[in-house]
Amino acid sequence: MLKDITLGQYFPGNTPVHRMDPRMKILLTMGYIVILFVAKGILSYLPIMIWLITAVALSRIKPSVILRGVKPLIFVITLTAVLNMFYTPGTELVKIWVITITYQGVYTAFLMVLRIVMLITGTFLLTYTTSPIALTDGIERLMSPLKAIRVPVHELAMMMTIALRFIPTLIEEADKIMNAQKARGADFETGSIIRRAKALIPLLVPLFISAFRRADELAIAMECRCYRGGEGRTRLRQLNYGPVDVYALIFSVLLWGAAIACRSIAI
Amino acid sequence: MPGIIKTEGLSHVYGKGTPFERKALDNIDLEIERGEFIGLIGHTGSGKSTLIQHLNGLLKPTEGRVLVDGKDIWEDIRKVRDIRFRVGLVFQYPEHQLFEETVYKDIAFGPTNMGLEKSEIEERVYEAAEFVGISREQLFRSPFELSGGQKRRAAIAGVIAMRPDVLILDEPTAGLDPAGREEILARIRDYHAIRNTTVILVTHNMEEIARNASRIIVMEKGRIRMTGTAHDVFSHAEDLRDMGLAVPQITQVFLRLREMGLDVDPSVYTVDQAKRKILKMWRDVHA
Repeated sequence: MLKDITLGQYFPGNTPVHRMDPRMKILLTMGYIVILFVAKGILSYLPIMIWLITAVALSRIKPSVILRGVKPLIFVITLTAVLNMFYTPGTELVKIWVITITYQGVYTAFLMVLRIVMLITGTFLLTYTTSPIALTDGIERLMSPLKAIRVPVHELAMMMTIALRFIPTLIEEADKIMNAQKARGADFETGSIIRRAKALIPLLVPLFISAFRRADELAIAMECRCYRGGEGRTRLRQLNYGPVDVYALIFSVLLWGAAIACRSIAI
Repeated sequence: MPGIIKTEGLSHVYGKGTPFERKALDNIDLEIERGEFIGLIGHTGSGKSTLIQHLNGLLKPTEGRVLVDGKDIWEDIRKVRDIRFRVGLVFQYPEHQLFEETVYKDIAFGPTNMGLEKSEIEERVYEAAEFVGISREQLFRSPFELSGGQKRRAAIAGVIAMRPDVLILDEPTAGLDPAGREEILARIRDYHAIRNTTVILVTHNMEEIARNASRIIVMEKGRIRMTGTAHDVFSHAEDLRDMGLAVPQITQVFLRLREMGLDVDPSVYTVDQAKRKILKMWRDVHA
């Protein structure tokens, strides 16, 4: 039930994709998103597709797992496809009553679906292959120039790390409390909205208490280890760009360049 | 008369169909008679917690059946909640579930969910509080003002107030000092003796098991490995050690004595028994 929530799920592994520097992965993902929107026409999607398939194949993550991320968005994707199909003017393909489906409509709809699916799978690949800790580390380093304008980059990253770290813990805790209250006959599943909201009190009160207790304990534990913010702090895992990152960058630039070059070729 | 709780070919798989699939229970056949005091032991991750959550319908079997009074509890989904009032389950660290403004209201949570009359609820709350040793004055304080041991007892009272036919406790003494442990165990023992309630006690403490349980069930890797009286189970000290468990300390002493060449029977699991055995040996030697 609660355990089914996957929030930026990470699948550990030791593939070139996993070994890449998180900063490079974030930058490439951002570049990938931009390219997806710059691309025009089926031909220019081809190199991007090759890029995505290569990345997924290298990451050894099962395509079925990758596609699972698309599932919750099927409705949006279908809606986009249908709207594009019906409202794109052009050469008539089929005509049913007042609705005309044009050749251009089908083409645009297909490209739209392709774009959304690629967008989702590509970004999911980032969270699937990068641990939350590495991800926040990468974000912190990428954002560190902002320190010059007094953005508390380290504090924000630390907050994110802690939040991410405690999501599974709190889900587990909520599950336990829920079971304990169910064992006393609490009913979370039936009744009107108001009844259900009221039924949450026996879950939320203990959950908040435990979250505050944990926060307190964590703060003390951090103080005990002399945590005093980001200044002068060194890292156990230094972020270094390696050969893998260089190869990935070259590979990406080449394929994306091809994608842009193919923009002008229309079919 | 059939046992109050029975499982037939009970299996449970967590996360079925995901990369994290794990078999937690594997074909469990178990029958518990009315009035038994069961001690359930096993290494961490052996499936004890999963098993007890099946007995009151919190988890649904992947395969097999759970019968309470000879009836499959999942036969009618709407009745599963009633099973939870009959099979009371006290989780580990139950004090973490306290949420009401007063101890009284918290203990009354279960009986209220049962839809009882106000006077009946009141009677049950006072009775349960008395059983676990919570004074009337403490009943109207916030549960968060109580000490750790008192919170634990208040939480246990919350389950006892439902007057379940079966009381299951998952490590009720974890994290308490020796006095607190004994206090809680004595209350449970009394409750079992006076009410003739069936009790299932999950614990890692072999002394607690040896002193209280009329039957011991040993689990390993989702299966029942041994079942029997303390005598039967603790005579397999080697097997228990292989499962990451132990025999009571006093039994270990007797095992060592025998290794040292003394002619003693190592089937001793409480200090009381040990005292009698040693005195008897003394008399035999000096007679």
